[in-house]
Amino acid sequence: MTKIVTEGPAGYMPDSAPMMGVELAPEGQALLYGNVVTPEEAMRDAAIALLTKDNPTIFPGPQVLWDWKEDVAEKSAAILDLASEIPNCRIIPMPDYRPKYPKIDVKAEINPNHPNLTILDNKIKACVFVGVHCHYANLTLRMIRAGTDCYTVALCAYMGHEEAMASIRDLHASDILRFKEIVIEERDKLGIKWETTLPPENPSLPKEDNSTLSPADYGEYRSLIISRKGEHVAEVE
Amino acid sequence: MSYLDDGRPQPVKKLVDMDYLLNEAPREKHFITGAQAMAEAVKRANVDMAIAYPITPQSEVMHLVGDVFAQGHIKEYYRAEEELGTMSAIAGASRAGVRLFTATSGPGLMRGLEAIVSWSGHRVPAVLGILTRVINAPLSIQPDNIEMAYMMHCGAVMLHAENQQDTFDFTLAAFAIAEKVDVYIPVAVATEGFFVTHAKGYVDMMSEDLGYLDFDSVASPVPAMDNETPPARIQRDAPVQKSNFMSYLIHSVWQQEIWDSNKRAMKYIYQYLGGPIEVQNPEADVFIVASGCAAAQAREAWRYAQEDGLSVGLIKVKAIRPFPADEIRDVVKNAKALIVPEHNIIGWLCKEIKATIPNGGIVVEGPRVYGGMTLPVELIMKEIHDALGLEYDLQL
Repeated sequence: MTKIVTEGPAGYMPDSAPMMGVELAPEGQALLYGNVVTPEEAMRDAAIALLTKDNPTIFPGPQVLWDWKEDVAEKSAAILDLASEIPNCRIIPMPDYRPKYPKIDVKAEINPNHPNLTILDNKIKACVFVGVHCHYANLTLRMIRAGTDCYTVALCAYMGHEEAMASIRDLHASDILRFKEIVIEERDKLGIKWETTLPPENPSLPKEDNSTLSPADYGEYRSLIISRKGEHVAEVE
Repeated sequence: MSYLDDGRPQPVKKLVDMDYLLNEAPREKHFITGAQAMAEAVKRANVDMAIAYPITPQSEVMHLVGDVFAQGHIKEYYRAEEELGTMSAIAGASRAGVRLFTATSGPGLMRGLEAIVSWSGHRVPAVLGILTRVINAPLSIQPDNIEMAYMMHCGAVMLHAENQQDTFDFTLAAFAIAEKVDVYIPVAVATEGFFVTHAKGYVDMMSEDLGYLDFDSVASPVPAMDNETPPARIQRDAPVQKSNFMSYLIHSVWQQEIWDSNKRAMKYIYQYLGGPIEVQNPEADVFIVASGCAAAQAREAWRYAQEDGLSVGLIKVKAIRPFPADEIRDVVKNAKALIVPEHNIIGWLCKEIKATIPNGGIVVEGPRVYGGMTLPVELIMKEIHDALGLEYDLQL
């Protein structure tokens, strides 16, 4: 197999994977280094990368962080199962897509506008993106390939991502659990001993305390929660 | 018959996928104008909202789309204040996660262009009808497709319809192409004002009882700005222009993503429209390469050339963006001359073809007409004869 899409750093202003001729895998298939392969083949290569490279990390995006759709809770639980089987795996979320001002907390989150900061600071050499909207996933994966040597895995509910070293499309919870099984198989083959352990809690996020919330905490959105003068809200959804 | 809250009738439709709608559903022949063809496509596309500001020759289309709204086939429709407002409103409505249609012409396209060129970057999967018209000055309402040159560099997919049938099929396909998760950028369907919009031709159409499947706002590469769909705080379009704290790389990879999305549209152009080009006589020495209405005249010249036993082929370019560079290069690899008739003064298609093939010197620049002039087949025949080293008595 000729590797078209590989770990970076690809350089200052690299071509995108589609510009290099990589096309999305058809239904039932996956991408590995820009080549169409079976999902199993892509998962095995990804599993080995996550087991052998430093600081493996899962980056869950908004689509799996909030329980907003029927299949999400099951998918998110499967992601935790997967993370528990990867030795010393961490979970760092991409909760939204706004640039972080004045400075991102690279221990707590990753952001599509400057994802390389989180990758480089945490010395992450292999990672998984899951539940990130495709547009932002493509930007993120491309910037990581441009500026870091991190191996990227994309688990996508739609058509996958050309920019990732390994890309799985049409993702369901069952696919994540299959990936987990492959991780365990490859881990055993490599002779790595590991007890199923959940990743550590996110180190930088303060404990939430909603008991002292006031309308002021809602900033520019406070008008949405304050009734207008004379308005009597009798029903809420 | 049931009725909507505002008193309009509510047609009962069977919703089907675009493969069935375009390629399998039974069709009946109708004799209608290009404007009617575009409106009939909108009728079957299950459009949520249309917004427009009238301008000749587009006004015929959007008037008919208004009728389609009155018949209950479209949920919302209003006339905006002018084109910049129209196109901005389309971008805004897109944030609500709905299927959108608008159309404009020449100067209207220019006025709306600032908003239109941001659609791709904002991932607005709207369909834009371009019914071509001279760009002033001097003032004219006549057909001339120079406006398409201004659209070619904004990331949108662009289809160019030869006739009324193309206008119908391309407009319908445009909705499916625009809304694919790996595309999700606007699709412009252009055709010549008056020559196509106000002239009748035969159009095979499926029953209006069929409609395209509902727009799926969740199947999107960006979050729909929908407060009913948590997490509501997600900002769909990050303000990357605040470069004082942004990496410049984000803007460059964003631009790449738009053009990658444009490129990904090609497989759907094959799926729904049979490919980005149509080729007649692929072994020919001389090809006429044309798009839109010029392709109709080119087709006639090709027919004359066949009757005269000349080695002439035809390449009709259906997709202007993504441009079918590989496909054209492959067909013309042994050609001795390419003749590119166009309805504009700058020859944007000619420039594209010259930039596409390794031996641009074989491209004949023209014939071109503009300002509303018709394109006589004889002008193309003259170029064919010149390319073949034959005499031709040009009489107009």
